[in-house]
Amino acid sequence: MFKKSFREITRYPSAIVGLAVVLLMFVVAIYAVIKIPYREAIRLWRGGEDVWYHNPRNASPAWMNFFWGKNLPESFFLNSADGTAEKTVVENPDGTRQITINYTFDFPYDGFPQELILYFDVAFAEKQPFIAMEWLTPDGRRFQFGNIGVTAQQTYRFSQDQKLSRKVGGMAPQKGLFWDVFSDARPGEEMPLKGTYQLILTGTTFEPDSDIDAELVVHGQVAGLAGTDHQRRDLSVALLWGTPVALIFGLVAALGTSVLTMIIAAIGTWYGGWVDEMIQRITEVNLVLPFLSILIMVGTFYSRSIWTILGMTILLSIFTGSIKAYRAIFLQVKESTYIEAARAYGAGNGRIIFHYLIPRMIPLLIPGLVSSIPIFVFLEASLAVLGIGDPVLPTWGKIIFDAQTQDALYKGFYYWILEPAALLMATGLGFAMLGFALDRIFNPRLRGI
Amino acid sequence: MSVETSTAPSGIEASNKKAASSTFTRVAKYTLARVVTLFLTVVVGVFLTIMIANMGGYVDTIMRGEIRERVTMQMLASPAISNMAPEQRDRMVLDKIAQEEERLGLNQPFIVRSFRYLADALTLNLGRAKNMTSDSGSKQVRLIILERLPPTLLLMGSSQLVLFFSSVFLALTLSRRYGSLWDKLVVALSPTSAAPPWFYGIFFILIFAALLRWLPFGGMVGAPPPDTAIEYTLDLLKHLLLPASALIISSFFLSIYNWRTFFLIYSSEDYVDMAKAKGLTSRDIERRYVLRPTLPTIITQFALLLIGLWQGAIITETIFNWPGLGRTLYRAIGQYEIPVIVASTIIYAYLLAITVFALDFVYALVDPRVKVGSGS
Repeated sequence: MFKKSFREITRYPSAIVGLAVVLLMFVVAIYAVIKIPYREAIRLWRGGEDVWYHNPRNASPAWMNFFWGKNLPESFFLNSADGTAEKTVVENPDGTRQITINYTFDFPYDGFPQELILYFDVAFAEKQPFIAMEWLTPDGRRFQFGNIGVTAQQTYRFSQDQKLSRKVGGMAPQKGLFWDVFSDARPGEEMPLKGTYQLILTGTTFEPDSDIDAELVVHGQVAGLAGTDHQRRDLSVALLWGTPVALIFGLVAALGTSVLTMIIAAIGTWYGGWVDEMIQRITEVNLVLPFLSILIMVGTFYSRSIWTILGMTILLSIFTGSIKAYRAIFLQVKESTYIEAARAYGAGNGRIIFHYLIPRMIPLLIPGLVSSIPIFVFLEASLAVLGIGDPVLPTWGKIIFDAQTQDALYKGFYYWILEPAALLMATGLGFAMLGFALDRIFNPRLRGI
Repeated sequence: MSVETSTAPSGIEASNKKAASSTFTRVAKYTLARVVTLFLTVVVGVFLTIMIANMGGYVDTIMRGEIRERVTMQMLASPAISNMAPEQRDRMVLDKIAQEEERLGLNQPFIVRSFRYLADALTLNLGRAKNMTSDSGSKQVRLIILERLPPTLLLMGSSQLVLFFSSVFLALTLSRRYGSLWDKLVVALSPTSAAPPWFYGIFFILIFAALLRWLPFGGMVGAPPPDTAIEYTLDLLKHLLLPASALIISSFFLSIYNWRTFFLIYSSEDYVDMAKAKGLTSRDIERRYVLRPTLPTIITQFALLLIGLWQGAIITETIFNWPGLGRTLYRAIGQYEIPVIVASTIIYAYLLAITVFALDFVYALVDPRVKVGSGS
């Protein structure tokens, strides 16, 4: 029977598209879980500045360059500790050391960097080393700045150096240092000068074992495949990991709800009497309960864990109108002759319910189950958008929530909302299209309509 | 519930009388049973809501806070007391608070009190909020809700009525042109309703507010509100357009699809073919043979739509900053304002019960095959 149904599915183009999208989502989900194991995903998403400092803030995905027709910079970093920056040490006879770090990099981009940051890793006992810096532009201009004492884990942000800002013509330093002075661009439309830049950092240490390492991070305006958010987090982590979370939530909720609904409806109709009556009354009470409000209350008062919300969702979705629909069909099936035959040979109640009544309903269960998956996927996202998403897991809805609270649309960070929205829509549409086609195949009333 | 039994005709007059009186008792019995069941349903539903909303003793805190505030205010308002020495005054306040808490039974266990909350809710004694106030500054839950009702009715009412009537009308048209290009288009587009309204809302904000700058990002009127009535209305409509469209579009195609399928099933009945064979015009067929038997369903859906307006649209209102009941309910939950949550639930429960009750009689009016209280 299922083989035949499958062949029938192929007659619906929308079902094939839906099926393809759903399968793709499953592949992505499996890839995400294998590529980024759970712990790693949590570390990448909740790790803190240490994990994210290589990424720019609120940067669009790198492939947007293609649409803009510009070559905006991605972040890059040069570190004296791993050899990407040249470090020379000169021992002076008076016991001090002169450490020179030379950061040389090519800058062929059409946009200024978002920010320049130096992260120092300095070893000293009592006397702070002293740092001086020199910036060389491709056209031979030089800027001298810095002249600071550094602590063990000092961070030097170019953008916050007022003196440097004055030296580069009152612009923000990350712009002024790259500014093509001799172009006749109007104010506000300045372009960076392309070419090879050099930052020479000269440190003087005053103790024998003292050492200086520093990483220069040049933050770009675009980042990676998915861009970054306000906390410099790479959105691709959450987008990838949102897939298994959304699929599991949707599948478990849909499966749990429809299977439990069917079993309860079967039990109610089979035993009849007060059991049936009670199920009907519970269904009526459940209609009175405010579904979304209760979920929000559970999320706010008890636990925002996705598993609590999932359990509560299933619990509240069992006793709904569909239990009445199942009941109506079970009432018909209950009277059919094969049930009578089963009773005649002495089959017990459990056997009749689970071996005779329920299997009869599975063709009707499948389309409903598939069609309800998107509802639950979007429910999880809806709750996350209201701020009661899972506190740990990265999900699509939480990206939208972050974007909403940071006014992403108002500030023009469209990618931030569009990426999770596109994935949500694809998942929702995929399952919905498949479900619709299944409904037309399995539901005799819709045959030919 | 009671099945009619045929009585032997002993005389036309007697049987008429008997039929009339049996109809009356049947309807009366049925009405009574129905009222009792529905009321019990409301009671259990509201009690469950109270239990869920109270976990952690939040309502107790609210009550205690309210008493403390009221007593202190009363004491300070009286010049005789506010002129007393501070220690003496504090002791008096504390005494009065303890007295009040005892009077309201806050020294009783929660389970006992939960029944009193239930009784308050059932008698629509909505009480006062803890911290939340209406814009006019009142903490009366009744006023908070009444103040938020018009915006919600405007948003939900306009969107849901447009959605309902346009989808029923379009579905009727489509069911006549079954298999046409438009029909196929609606069937193909119906999976788009998998996404909730707020999802479309975000897209609308992106396109019409952020990119094109035609319409506002959210809110109900601009700041400052326009002076003249005409400008005010225009401004209101401008703000209404995006959230209302989001609410409509998210259910639009599925709603048409469902109604169309529903009408198609009824159009394939034998009596419709019969009517066609008789040569009746398609308008007559539609009105007498398709719409008439589907009327109870249409009325039910419409009635449920009307009471659904009450709950507002929590997420859509939140996304669009629409100052309606849904957003208020969401804020109430965030601030642990149980009285507001319970008030919203009890009013919805009553509306639902009354509607369900009334629908039984409406069915009997519009469908001659249905009799109140006969069969189940």
